[in-house]
Amino acid sequence: MSTVVIFTVVSLTVLGLLLAVVLFIVAQKFKVQEDPRIDVVAAIMPGANCGGCGHAGCRAFAEAAVKAENLDSLFCPVGGNETMKKVAGALGFEVKEKAPMVAVVRCNGSCTNRAKTNVYDGVSSCAVKASLYTGDTGCKWGCLGEGDCTRACAFGAITMNPETGLPVVDEEKCTSCGACVKACPKGVIELRNKGPKSRRVYVSCVNKDKGAVTRKACKVGCIGCTKCEKVCPFGAITVENNLSYIDFNKCKMCKKCVEVCPTGAIVALNFPPKPAAPAAAPAAAKPAAPAPAPAATPAEKPAAAPAATPAAEEKK
Amino acid sequence: MEKLLVSPSPHIHGKDTTAKLMRDVLIALLPVTAVSIWFYGLSAIKLVVVGVLSCILVEYLIEKFLLKSKITICDCSAAVTGLLLALNLPAAAPWWVIVIGSIVAIGIAKMTFGGLGQNLFNPALVGRVFLLVSFPAIMASWTAPAPWGGEVDAFTGATPLGLIKEGLMSGKTVQEIIAANPNLSTGQLLFARAGGSAGEISVVALLLGFAWLLIRKVIKPTIPVTILVTVALFSGILWLCNPAQFTDPIFNLCTGGVMLGAIFMATDYVTSPMSTKGMIIFGVGIGILTVLIRQFGSYPEGVSFAILIMNATVPLINMYCLPKRFGRVK
Amino acid sequence: MKTFSIGGVHPNDNKISADAAIHDFDIPKVAYISMAQHLGAPAEPIVAVGDKVKVGQQIAKPSGFISAPVHSSVSGTVKAIDTIKDLAGNPCKAVIIDVEGDEWLETIDRSEKIESEIKLEPKEIVAKIAECGVVGLGGATFPTNVKLSPPPGKKAEFLIINGAECEPYLTSDYRLLIEKSEEVIIGAAIMMKALGVTKGFIGIEENKPEAIKKLSAIAPKYAGIEVVTLKKKYPQGGEKQLIKAVTGREVPSKGLPIDTGSVVQNVGTAFAVYEAVQKNKPLFEGIMTVTGDCSSAQKNFRHRVGTPMSEIMAACGGVPEDAAKVISGGPMMGKAMANLDAPTLKGTSSILYLTAEQTKRKEESNCIRCGKCVSACPMGLEPYLLNKLGRAGRMDDLEAHFVYDCIECGCCSYSCPAYIPLLDTIRLSKQRVMGIIRARAAKK
Repeated sequence: MSTVVIFTVVSLTVLGLLLAVVLFIVAQKFKVQEDPRIDVVAAIMPGANCGGCGHAGCRAFAEAAVKAENLDSLFCPVGGNETMKKVAGALGFEVKEKAPMVAVVRCNGSCTNRAKTNVYDGVSSCAVKASLYTGDTGCKWGCLGEGDCTRACAFGAITMNPETGLPVVDEEKCTSCGACVKACPKGVIELRNKGPKSRRVYVSCVNKDKGAVTRKACKVGCIGCTKCEKVCPFGAITVENNLSYIDFNKCKMCKKCVEVCPTGAIVALNFPPKPAAPAAAPAAAKPAAPAPAPAATPAEKPAAAPAATPAAEEKK
Repeated sequence: MEKLLVSPSPHIHGKDTTAKLMRDVLIALLPVTAVSIWFYGLSAIKLVVVGVLSCILVEYLIEKFLLKSKITICDCSAAVTGLLLALNLPAAAPWWVIVIGSIVAIGIAKMTFGGLGQNLFNPALVGRVFLLVSFPAIMASWTAPAPWGGEVDAFTGATPLGLIKEGLMSGKTVQEIIAANPNLSTGQLLFARAGGSAGEISVVALLLGFAWLLIRKVIKPTIPVTILVTVALFSGILWLCNPAQFTDPIFNLCTGGVMLGAIFMATDYVTSPMSTKGMIIFGVGIGILTVLIRQFGSYPEGVSFAILIMNATVPLINMYCLPKRFGRVK
Repeated sequence: MKTFSIGGVHPNDNKISADAAIHDFDIPKVAYISMAQHLGAPAEPIVAVGDKVKVGQQIAKPSGFISAPVHSSVSGTVKAIDTIKDLAGNPCKAVIIDVEGDEWLETIDRSEKIESEIKLEPKEIVAKIAECGVVGLGGATFPTNVKLSPPPGKKAEFLIINGAECEPYLTSDYRLLIEKSEEVIIGAAIMMKALGVTKGFIGIEENKPEAIKKLSAIAPKYAGIEVVTLKKKYPQGGEKQLIKAVTGREVPSKGLPIDTGSVVQNVGTAFAVYEAVQKNKPLFEGIMTVTGDCSSAQKNFRHRVGTPMSEIMAACGGVPEDAAKVISGGPMMGKAMANLDAPTLKGTSSILYLTAEQTKRKEESNCIRCGKCVSACPMGLEPYLLNKLGRAGRMDDLEAHFVYDCIECGCCSYSCPAYIPLLDTIRLSKQRVMGIIRARAAKK
């Protein structure tokens, strides 16, 4: 009995030693020379491997950063300025701060604002729906509501609101990696400046139809009336193909456009309520605004926006 | 007219649903269930009822409280597992053995992998094999069948395969053993056998179920036929070599779980290959392994193990045995 | 009896409108003639607002190699050239004509007399077909003249006329086969002459015995034409499946029918070719079925291209109360209509009403790996796997499993007991993979 035990122990030990030697030799022979700084940078990276920077993953980004002349063309949207500062420190680069961005859903076509004209009965995929037809509402531009963006998001920052049928971005979680922008077949989602205190003004519509057609399909669509373009003191608004667009780099958030918009397609987000409201409209629009950040995302607006619409129209 | 539906084509669907296919399997198991009730009476009823109910209950509880997912007991797949498990046990098995088997079958072999369609191994067989290795005494002592109303627990003994195995161990030849046990004649084996698990009792009842599955196009005949042919051929060759040592092909086909396994267990959709070529390889593998385990292994019966071993190869078979493509003639 | 060898399903054929004779549908008051009547580049209008047009007059010219002219189906004044919505709601350009009377071009032979003598030479036939805007009426609406001009180096050996009509419910081809048997056969003979082939087959499924009887009686009068009885199995009328059934040859993957020496044309196309070549009549009418179990009317119509579908539905008693889906085409491959006002096109073959019970999709459950989709796929693909890979976005693997061979027949979704919408995702994956393959080819 004891000989068996001894034999086993000895043979296994010898085998183990032998394999260790083989492993050592192989490791030496196939060693890859790598810039040690890659490991340093990779350790700084958030490790989400989301691809938002345009590279295959965090390590690929680190490799690119080590090879690069400067960091101008490289930015990690997930880690943001903090991470980039650390990366720059590790590699001895200067870094320009970038304004934080956030994904913005530019469609307000909830079930109440945009009446359904038929019922989609296929697989739940915006891509499939978009390739089949123009969608279950009269608007062929806006959100299809099948949630491809929610499935594309690696951070769980977009969810569908079952009441409105529209996606909601959680600003806290959104890293502005742009995966949802790529996933949306209608180009509804855009990365926009997060804005000071998350305050933003934007056109929540992507409909390029003529005004009459848009109005028939959706209560809160942009009809391309150019009122906002005319009222904007900073030249931040352009109207092209019956659709208004606010350049967030030029916008100073005076909210004049919000007041003149006849359909309520222009949305002002996270602003505090005005002390003396000129009409019922802003007051109605307010309750959504001061709510704490994560909840006060686009989905809140449909309720507020239509309430604002009739009032704004009556004034004229 | 409500709002019109719009969807990609096709706009119509065939009549098959998962629940319907599973119901057809249950129907196909009716004859053999009826026969086992006829022979084992109340104990068979108890076996079947406890097996089916406990499997459904385990699935429900796991989905309700552990996974918090959709309840899928309505697709009848748990009922099929429960019934198959019950038919794989000796009629006199105590109720708690069946419950343990159900927990293992559904809880470990099925739900752990993600529920219906995700499991690698046939749940009912995993349950059975678990019981076989955990409670060998209970699983190996079979109740002799007693027609309805008769004394059920009159006598417990070994299965035909067990008898042969014991006999061979003690140095007798196959012919001597069969001569000593009149219950082992071919006619007895075909209709109602000397002993065995509830579902093995009648080959004819099992074949009736097979016919139903084929008529309803629930399964293709490929897997059962290849298994049976392989068992017959392989055991036939051995028998011709040495009839004193090995049993004849008909004996091999009619005993143990070969029929039940080939028709109901090996054809489980989830754990069998998709292409015809793959099905043939799968069937041949099961056939050879069954005979090998029976004739040379330490267990008298090998179907369960053979199917489980071949289950493990299914992903590989699916990867290499591709269907015949259109327009790709070598 | 012949059929293809792998896959296929057996839906109920439900040919409830089979006994309804074809009759002419009323000329609409306003015709909306779409410029996108065919596969390929849309036609370009050559008329202006205010122009007077006659029936059969060309109103648009082809704008590319794969394109076809469009002819007016009515007489009257061009009211507008504007964007209208097609049946999916997508915008398309159309010539809108206010109808006045029914004045045909004098060059069109409107007599019922059967012209069996083929006077034109092969080149002239192809030119005539192109000029008359004939396109394939089996569903894809591929310009017929292009199909009749095999690329250099390829030689046609057979012409196959597709009379399988394997889609459930549809009966327009069947009625045409019965009512215009001789014309269809002459159409086939014309195309055989154009292709320079001596052998022509007319494939008809076994569930149309009357058509088989009638055509078999006439076919011997025309050299080389043979009627082939096909087994009733979907998708028997798929181009590749039909070639396999009739000739036993398989169109190679990524190949064209001409690679097997076959050219396949639909029954409707054969009739349109007959009318174009023998009667000088451009393609501006089509045969369509209005049917459905819940439909109050079971009809087969000859319609003028550009008639709003809603008018046809109204004339047949309106959309039935219990109809949940209106389909243009058959239930397996047809398109669900989102816009009922869309006008008919050259290739419109039916309006089919389905009830919610027939068509509403049930909730999808787990794949049970039953392999029914694998057995059903007539292309020998593995739909369950393609679906999984497609949902994971694995384009390389999709290509390695030949997703581009999918013919979108719908057998997989039809047969799935777990109600997984296999074709929905596979179709999208196919489009994406084709895009990748094209991009790769363009790079080279």
